[in-house]
Amino acid sequence: MGPISVIAKREVGSYFDSLIAYIIIVAFLGFTGFFTWLYGSDIFMRKQADLAAFFGVARWTLFFFIPAITMRQLAEEKKTGTIELLLTKAVSERQIILGKFLSCLAMVGLALLFTLPYYITVSQLGDVDHGAIISGYFGLLLMSAAYISIGLFASSITNNQIVAFLLALFISIFFQILFDVMGSSSSGFIAELLTTLSLSRHYDSIVRGVLDSKDIIYFVSLTLFWLLLAELNIKQRK
Amino acid sequence: MDIKIQQLSKSYGLQKAVDNISFEVKPGEILGFLGPNGAGKTTTMKMITNYLEIEKGDILIGGESVKAGDLKRHIGYLPEHNPLYLDMPVLDYLEFCAALQGMDKGTIPHRIREMVRQCGLDQEKHKFIRELSKGYRQRVGLAQAMIHDPEVLILDEPTTGLDPNQIVEIRELIKRLGKAKTVILSTHILPEVEATCDRILIINKGKIVADGSPELLRKQAQGQQVLRVKIEDGETNTIYQKLQGLPTVGMVDILDAAENRFEVQSVSDQSSNRAIFDLCVSNKWLLSEVIPFETKLEDIFRDLTMN
Repeated sequence: MGPISVIAKREVGSYFDSLIAYIIIVAFLGFTGFFTWLYGSDIFMRKQADLAAFFGVARWTLFFFIPAITMRQLAEEKKTGTIELLLTKAVSERQIILGKFLSCLAMVGLALLFTLPYYITVSQLGDVDHGAIISGYFGLLLMSAAYISIGLFASSITNNQIVAFLLALFISIFFQILFDVMGSSSSGFIAELLTTLSLSRHYDSIVRGVLDSKDIIYFVSLTLFWLLLAELNIKQRK
Repeated sequence: MDIKIQQLSKSYGLQKAVDNISFEVKPGEILGFLGPNGAGKTTTMKMITNYLEIEKGDILIGGESVKAGDLKRHIGYLPEHNPLYLDMPVLDYLEFCAALQGMDKGTIPHRIREMVRQCGLDQEKHKFIRELSKGYRQRVGLAQAMIHDPEVLILDEPTTGLDPNQIVEIRELIKRLGKAKTVILSTHILPEVEATCDRILIINKGKIVADGSPELLRKQAQGQQVLRVKIEDGETNTIYQKLQGLPTVGMVDILDAAENRFEVQSVSDQSSNRAIFDLCVSNKWLLSEVIPFETKLEDIFRDLTMN
């Protein structure tokens, strides 16, 4: 077992030991379930057998939940000093970051796995575009990866979990909505740049069932960018 | 593997934490790293373990620089405040550390059993670390440092928080392990270095101020022989004058006039034992106490680190 999986395994175990995992999963299912099936423009209002309502609400739910998952990752290690223990073992900074990234992604993946009954139910109700739903889930995972890396970065620059949480939300909100808003109120090159940076545009096109390499490259590079910053951050100890 | 520290320097802002120090530690040697708070002990140890960046100079372990970062597998490290994952059970934690050090999966359970036995954790091994007392946490810290059987052990204050029995046990353990390994341990408990270490290195304000075996340091600091004597049956002033009159005696102090206790300091390289004895015999005094006064490590330490 490589060090990355050793770290990821420990982190996932610690989420379950501390009940965070159960709370996150139950709350995620409660939120998305309520808005998908019971309230607002839910599936029955749309009169269409698709999961657009779910993908709409899951985007916002994960937006708030992911910083809650990532905030403790490095901030707590720095506060309790266990980061010193980790870094003096035979592992590199990159392996630590990747291990923690994978553990968070596994948590999100698990929460999404529990929404599979939604998919099964909807597919019983009518004719479902399976491709769109699969690419929707794929889009959710890509978006989560990007927000997890932002969360890890925020957690790497402070040893206070609350600061990490708020900072992650602050950075994420730009990608979630602000770049989009700013882009549509400006013009020319800046408008184009801001809309390209906006995460929601790329997410929406994937959820519509269009798997464009441009969108995938966007998510992957966004994720790598913040992970790299997080890695540089914990490398920097004078 | 030997450790070679070459002209190592490190500063925090304007303050020099470690100032151009060089020393070597050979395999089988236990080096006691002494110094007042803030002397640079922990900083040096953190640089050896590659946790802190080396500013100037170099540290070679087994001939290779630690800067490359791939020597960590050979080092066992117990950091100063012994940080641990409190939410993990002892056994899981040790397994985690062993796996991180890249140990072969088949050998891990055996190694964990051995460390649990050596560190006396058998009663506590199924508990969560947060449930353990400070002493047991310290043992877990030692166990994780040694789990992968490293050739170099860096222990930052390994016996803090242990009760006297545990301290003796842990010292024995370090001594036993130290026969085959290269060990650096820092402490501010002076009897501990005397009991455990082959060699003492005292640093102050980032500089090495003493280096040698405990006996050597004591000899260097001692200089003249000092005896504490108690002489009965005589009159205090007479005894004082006669003692002062002896050719080998440099200085006499009256410690307790009512009980006739004196402190006799000989002139350099001379012993006054015989002269004092003969003096008492010829005056028919009873020499009831002669205590050679040893310079304690505490005094050496204070001399070297107070300005």
